[in-house]
Amino acid sequence: MKELSFDAVVIGGGAAGMAAALELDAEGHRVAVVEREERLGGILAQCVHNGFGLIEFDEELTGPEFAERFEERMSARPISVFCGCTVLELGADDGEKVASCISAKEGALRLRSRAVVLAMGCRERNRGNIRIPGSRPAGVFTAGLAQRLVNVEGYVPGRDVVVIGSGDIGLIMARRMSWIGCKVHAVVEILPYPSGLTRNIVQCLHDFDIPLFLSHLTTDIYGGDRVRGIEVAPIENGALMMEKAFRIPCDTLLLSVGLVPENELSRNAGVAINPMTNGPWTDSTLMTSVPGVFACGNVLHVHDLVDFVVEEARRTGRFAAGWLGGARPRREARVKAGPNVRYVAPARVEAGRDNKLYLRTMIVKNDALLEVRLGGKVLLSSRKNHVQPSEMITLTLGKAELATLADLPDEAVEVSIL
Amino acid sequence: MSQELTCITCPMGCRLVVERLPGGEGGGELSVSGNRCPRGAAYAREELLAPKRTVTATCRALASRSSGAARGMAAVRRIPCKTTAPFPKERVDELLAAIYVLEESLPVERGRVLIHDALGLGIDVVATRSLG
Repeated sequence: MKELSFDAVVIGGGAAGMAAALELDAEGHRVAVVEREERLGGILAQCVHNGFGLIEFDEELTGPEFAERFEERMSARPISVFCGCTVLELGADDGEKVASCISAKEGALRLRSRAVVLAMGCRERNRGNIRIPGSRPAGVFTAGLAQRLVNVEGYVPGRDVVVIGSGDIGLIMARRMSWIGCKVHAVVEILPYPSGLTRNIVQCLHDFDIPLFLSHLTTDIYGGDRVRGIEVAPIENGALMMEKAFRIPCDTLLLSVGLVPENELSRNAGVAINPMTNGPWTDSTLMTSVPGVFACGNVLHVHDLVDFVVEEARRTGRFAAGWLGGARPRREARVKAGPNVRYVAPARVEAGRDNKLYLRTMIVKNDALLEVRLGGKVLLSSRKNHVQPSEMITLTLGKAELATLADLPDEAVEVSIL
Repeated sequence: MSQELTCITCPMGCRLVVERLPGGEGGGELSVSGNRCPRGAAYAREELLAPKRTVTATCRALASRSSGAARGMAAVRRIPCKTTAPFPKERVDELLAAIYVLEESLPVERGRVLIHDALGLGIDVVATRSLG
């Protein structure tokens, strides 16, 4: 079996994988990237809409453009790229990591390295995950699958569409389906507020007069060979009002009901997973519970902007390079999600330097207060004009804020939204 | 006559109420309320007087002998594209129709102009990915 050796192997060639690999390369390491698709770019290839790159490139790009700019950076560097190559297993041998891969071109392949960066992205939640009752007709797609069918494969999956869930992919697909000549009859959301960004509600729904049913549960999918419609019922004061249920006919159902980090490989490699994010627990250097294995991008936690993914992946690449050079965290503290905070990533901070944190709130609020406490003392507090679950919040905790950490080594840093 | 819209300039999502003040030929000034910053008023004016959208779409790819399909890779079927500037909203359907009849041969490089001066409005449609 062919066996190759590198300083670091990056699993996944999307935005996160490319950004991490470029950083490791810039630090002088020999890097390989393994990508399952035939080409680098990951999910960006099918995201033909614009809105990418405002932070990274200071201009508004489409997904393919964003991906290609990173591909160009990759091809200018001596980074080994294995496309059409799937990692089947991540193991260890003689103190090294071993990624066992398979590809049509190379056959079975083993990539040995001292460090590994996990950058496999995420998967869509599907019908089974949210348990919608009803029959099992054809015509039920996840929004991302429909996006691939339309934008890459060139198929139109149906004519009369209903979208369940108001995540951004669902909203983007409501516009796409309208633009390719389909009729989108409704978007149905179980929560009292949309899961997607406001600008997508406006530009993808309002522009096409697509009704958005908030606080509505899908109670039935009906149809024979093909879906013929759904039944929805409003939720009022926490109670499902079945007597107010109504039907929305359609021949195509798109599900945009959330994303889950894809960690099958990580789990099998013994990486501990945080149940709040479904991504690996990491230390302040984005290293997982397995020494030398790092994680970044949507495999770590689901991001809403590729620009944030790239920023995080760069940091991960630098930390992985530092680890290869012998650097280790010195004075770390645990970070705890306080009131109204779903999670904070990474879940540890290092007292000796700046720590960039991403967090997600559980509430929708204008004029909110972001507060960081340690042992009852407020380390930092800042006003936020507006917070909502779909907009990730960034936070930097520096040396100054964490100066008192040494006095309280067992206390966790708590981040809350009030 | 008043109209409501949601500002999308930032995530605050202000609910704007726009009223057309009486007077003048073809209606008078617009009065915007509900905005918490000046950008809201500017957004409302543009959105009511001359709404524009960046249009993204895909057009048909014609496979060439040297394309990926010939080398055993998955065939490229669609070429993603976009307008080079926001396009007048009321003409978007016409623009899409013009894009959907395109048949572009491969290979194609990112930035290639697929439609020059679309609908005579001075805006191009360009490919957004190099393919084939």
